[in-house]
Amino acid sequence: MVDEGEVRRIAGLADIQIPEDEMPAFTVQFNRILDYFEVLDTLGEAGAGERALHTVMRDDEPRPSLAREAVLANAPADEDGFIKAPRVM
Amino acid sequence: MSGVVIGLEIHCQLDTRTKLFCPCSTDYRDDGPNTHVCPVCLGLPGTMPAVNRTAVEYALRVAKAFHCEVPVECEFSRKNYFYPDLPKGYQITQYDRPLALGGYIEIEGDGGLEKRVRLTRIHIEEDPGRLVHKGGGDRARYSLVDYNRSGVPLIEIVTDPDLSSPKEARRLIEHLRATLEYLDVYDPEKEGSLRVDANVSIAGHERVEIKNISSYRGVEKALTFEITRQRSLIRRGVAVERETRHFVEERGTTRASRTKVEEHDYRYFPEPDLPPLRVADRAAAIELPELPAARRERFRVQYGLSPNHARTLTGNPGLAEFFETVAGDDPVLAATWVADTLLGELNYRGRPVGSVGPARFSALLALLKSGRITDRSGVEVLRIVLDGDEHPDAVVERLGLAVTGDDTVSAAIAEVIAEFPQAVADYRAGRGNAINYLAGQVMKKTRGQADPRELGRRLADALAEDGPCT
Ligand SMILES: [Zn+2]
Repeated sequence: MVDEGEVRRIAGLADIQIPEDEMPAFTVQFNRILDYFEVLDTLGEAGAGERALHTVMRDDEPRPSLAREAVLANAPADEDGFIKAPRVM
Repeated sequence: MSGVVIGLEIHCQLDTRTKLFCPCSTDYRDDGPNTHVCPVCLGLPGTMPAVNRTAVEYALRVAKAFHCEVPVECEFSRKNYFYPDLPKGYQITQYDRPLALGGYIEIEGDGGLEKRVRLTRIHIEEDPGRLVHKGGGDRARYSLVDYNRSGVPLIEIVTDPDLSSPKEARRLIEHLRATLEYLDVYDPEKEGSLRVDANVSIAGHERVEIKNISSYRGVEKALTFEITRQRSLIRRGVAVERETRHFVEERGTTRASRTKVEEHDYRYFPEPDLPPLRVADRAAAIELPELPAARRERFRVQYGLSPNHARTLTGNPGLAEFFETVAGDDPVLAATWVADTLLGELNYRGRPVGSVGPARFSALLALLKSGRITDRSGVEVLRIVLDGDEHPDAVVERLGLAVTGDDTVSAAIAEVIAEFPQAVADYRAGRGNAINYLAGQVMKKTRGQADPRELGRRLADALAEDGPCT
């Protein structure tokens, strides 16, 4: 069970603001999702635990990157080729 | 320093051609921001990481060089946190199944004896992007993000808390850096290619983590500052708080970080896009080159070098190779001139040893060995050779630096004795220092070509001979 305090902390880590009046609803939903995972847990480890596959590696050969215009086109704001982001530190 | 306990987490960029999970080139040094990025390293939805084999090979070389145990399989994990330098909202790293465990790095301890610093683990991870704050970190109102660095392969080497002083920490980093260069997995010229977090405590008190140390000189500075800070708190009876601090390079101090994220807040979980990685067989197949410690020992035995010269000259592979090229039939002379003179001159000019032609340097050594020029002229010739495009023989010829025959020096001594009667009188009156002044005058007349050791004796003889006895 997750309480409101925990939801508030996780929201903080994720940089998401949840209005206080929505907190109870979020906490209920949060717990519902966790309950669902508990159902998944009852299925046991078969298949999931045994990850039979292995990672296949690639050669260290460079390939062209995206054009900068394309990169910046996805950014909400940019400056001198950089993506502009809210100050964090 | 008694009671100081230090452990390090060292991040090194691996010098691969492409990033860890995508084929973007890592050679962005001369290019503008966000020119070496693709959907994978931007974390666009629907993209899949593909592991760079060379990065894994390089990491395994390091693991083997430091005697680590490499498990049959390792696994990547996601470390979740939100920061603009991390486009996906998580970093792909390794958590509970790292590439390598245990091992050790041998350094010279503060007592002068070999000391084994145990390693906890080595793992592979991707570098985050780079943040720029215009007008200085404190005043900028927003962050500028460059994702060129995002996804560059890193290894993180975690040591046990076995270090007992900032000096030992610096030595460990220096030794690590040299080893990485010998292994050919690291480019020290790349800015920010080696970054350190340090845990430091005074025995019996809480531990502080210092983040953001980006040079190996910074490590010693940051730790020295932090130890002084903690000691002064303890002296005043204030408890050292367990916290994370940032190193402020410009000021040589540390300051408390505002955010407090605990390890469990990262919510690590196995990276679902990457099944486990088989590494043990690859590790077993790796053949290591001669590493710094072995080469140091060989230099002492094969060339008869002093421990100090052997240590200095094996400091990086380029220097060691240069020395071996010019060692010739007088390796001790070569070692002295490379370690004690050439390195200083290069350092002063901010140039690497690779910029010096070994043939020219050998020619200089030949001039010195045969006694054709004095040590003093040797330094002058070296400087001219480094700054221009002239052969040492030509410099000696042009400036007439070849050691002058006895006649010229004798003549100069006679002239000086005649020209500086006051100094002569002083000397004869028992003020021994006056002879240095006279020797300087002879040097001036002969343009420094008289052998200084010889000169002192001959000048004394001359002054004793023809002076009026007192
Ligand atoms: Zn990419």
